[in-house]
Amino acid sequence: MALLEVEDLKVSFNTADGVVQAVRGVSYHIDAGQTLGIVGESGSGKSVSTQTIMGLTRGARISGRALFEGRDLLTASPDQMRAVRGSQIGMIFQDPLSSLHPYYKVGWQIVEMIRLHDHEISKDKAMERAVELLRLVGIPQPDRRVNDYPHQFSGGMRQRAMIAMAMALNPALLIADEPTTALDVTVQAQVLRVISRMQEIFGTAVILITHDLGVIAEVVDEVLVMYGGKVMERADRRTLFYASHHPYTEGLLQSMPAYGGERERLRPIAGQPPSLLSPPPGCPFAPRCIYVMDRCKTMPALDPVDGDPGHLSACWLPHTQADREAVRRRVAHVELARSAGPAGA
Amino acid sequence: MASAPMSEANPVPATAAADGDDVLLRVENVVKYFPVKGTGPFREKEYVHAVDGVSLTVPRGQTFGVVGETGCGKSTLARCIARLHDVTSGRIVFDGQDITKLSQRRMRPLRQEIQMIFQDPIGSLNPRRRVGSIIGDPFAIHNLASGAERKRRVQELMERVGLNPEHYNRFPAEFSGGQRQRIGVARALAFRPKLIICDEPVSALDVSIQAQVINLLADLQADLGLTYVFIAHDLSVVRHVSNSIAVMYLGKVTEIAPAEQLFTAPRHPYTGALLSAVPVPDPDLSDQRQQIILAGDVPSPIAPPSGCRFHPRCPKAAPVCVAEDPPLEPRLGDGPEHPAACHLPMAEGEKLSDFRPSISAEERVLAVEGSLLPDDAGTGVTDSAGALPARREGGQP
Repeated sequence: MALLEVEDLKVSFNTADGVVQAVRGVSYHIDAGQTLGIVGESGSGKSVSTQTIMGLTRGARISGRALFEGRDLLTASPDQMRAVRGSQIGMIFQDPLSSLHPYYKVGWQIVEMIRLHDHEISKDKAMERAVELLRLVGIPQPDRRVNDYPHQFSGGMRQRAMIAMAMALNPALLIADEPTTALDVTVQAQVLRVISRMQEIFGTAVILITHDLGVIAEVVDEVLVMYGGKVMERADRRTLFYASHHPYTEGLLQSMPAYGGERERLRPIAGQPPSLLSPPPGCPFAPRCIYVMDRCKTMPALDPVDGDPGHLSACWLPHTQADREAVRRRVAHVELARSAGPAGA
Repeated sequence: MASAPMSEANPVPATAAADGDDVLLRVENVVKYFPVKGTGPFREKEYVHAVDGVSLTVPRGQTFGVVGETGCGKSTLARCIARLHDVTSGRIVFDGQDITKLSQRRMRPLRQEIQMIFQDPIGSLNPRRRVGSIIGDPFAIHNLASGAERKRRVQELMERVGLNPEHYNRFPAEFSGGQRQRIGVARALAFRPKLIICDEPVSALDVSIQAQVINLLADLQADLGLTYVFIAHDLSVVRHVSNSIAVMYLGKVTEIAPAEQLFTAPRHPYTGALLSAVPVPDPDLSDQRQQIILAGDVPSPIAPPSGCRFHPRCPKAAPVCVAEDPPLEPRLGDGPEHPAACHLPMAEGEKLSDFRPSISAEERVLAVEGSLLPDDAGTGVTDSAGALPARREGGQP
């Protein structure tokens, strides 16, 4: 059984402008100990989908199921959710400074977290565990630094402290929502290494939400690509980068400057991401897609590619290799003719 | 600790206007200190050494990249070049003219030729003014066009950067992030500037939109012969757009090189570590390469380390690195276009992970007990999970 199984999750919000359909039918699962990456641009619904599972989207209209170790989190009572949050599912966010209380010492905040869920443990014992956790995430002199306030920590150290807090109760699942986006690359490398070492030590499953395909390539087992509140493609890391199926994934990969090799002109995806206020039916990527066809007005199912149940794509393009290549060649030909004409922005 | 800024004698080479036509901007030994309130019993005056002796040459019509982490001084340098800050010492020579000490009034005509594009497009646009009037500002300020003429020129600019000229009367909030950055570009272009300083122009944008803006900047450069100083922390973006790149660390330039060379043959260990920390969007490559994870954080710019400022975190650090500040000059037979400020530069094919610093522990960044550099470099993650609950195995706890 999967550790977390999300089925047809839909989340919408009432706003002054109308109903925003942030997540429109998302299904995925993650196994124990696995690392699942969720990649997507702003407004793709990647953060809202996990926040909903944690019961953090107040006032949202929610439907679907999210089975965690067999229990549906979406119908759980607030008390039941409190028991799950923190102790069984840990969470870290993009901005560690706003996740830590500025008024309390870092150690105190970790101890509070431990004692909230573990009523047996003594204060001293909990503090000992907090020190050990800080040592584990690589804070120098943890026995002294537990008495520091968050502002005395650097950005990277704050994020480490957040990881220590999230791991304090040995959760089965850690949700990391853009954990390194606010950090410099060298600090990002430190933090990613800490997360993967914590995962090795504790055997935790990790959902890593990011917009950075580089981070995806570096750390995850499987990837979910989201766009316009829907899952476009699911594949293991290698397949996604070397044999992706969905045109949106292809577009994302081509938009990035290459790390090595020739510096070619970038090929951005034309247009803007869709508004989720009144999204048209059908594939949300269709208006920006170079392969767009008539049938894209209806949303395709998330089906296996080349018969591989681990590689799913929601696109009408042929799901067998040979047919797909034929389509690509035809479209490439048209694109070439178009780009030879006056260049558009 | 911190010496008063002016007391530092910076020998400025007497180049005058001997640059010829191919150099648009020359930055000579620029120093910018910011005073901060001192601590301690006597409240001595202290300074943030934001930029500490930077020299660069930016050729006309090219893109000069500047990379570095938060707090390395890259944005302060940009503001010094645009004369938004007065420099503490040093010279800025733009188009053959020393602009370091020009008065605001004499600077004004030059402001048409040096423009800036900022990171946060919404923060640099007044939300209560219409886009047409925002882009028209330069014309109003410099009294160059008004009425129908101004509108015509603004709409031309909007079209040039890929905005719909009919959106002249819209507010910034009605545009998406990428379009807002185009508004910023349009405003910068108003006078056909010679130099545009781009300070993290695409950092706030999604990757597909980022590519649109990068291509736009490239097109404009090709059509209008612009020169860019391109500041960013994203190394792959900087590599993509730049002809040559300067790497900064704690207010100093550690290395300058043509873009390709910097990536294939970095000389400074900081460059090497920085490059290895960039996540590569290619699973095979990222599995093969060895990451150098630096220990600790960047030291305080108020009291930067002695000698080479990178020595407390450097895997190759030796006593000479603590004692002497290495000059920025070509190393290991490199040409004059590739200087590095390092006593012990990296040879090609050399692995940083093979080195251990040969300086005393006090001079190094505090690492978590035990090994600092090999596999676990800097993470300091230990396996001694004594006081902690046991590892979970399989599915159920």
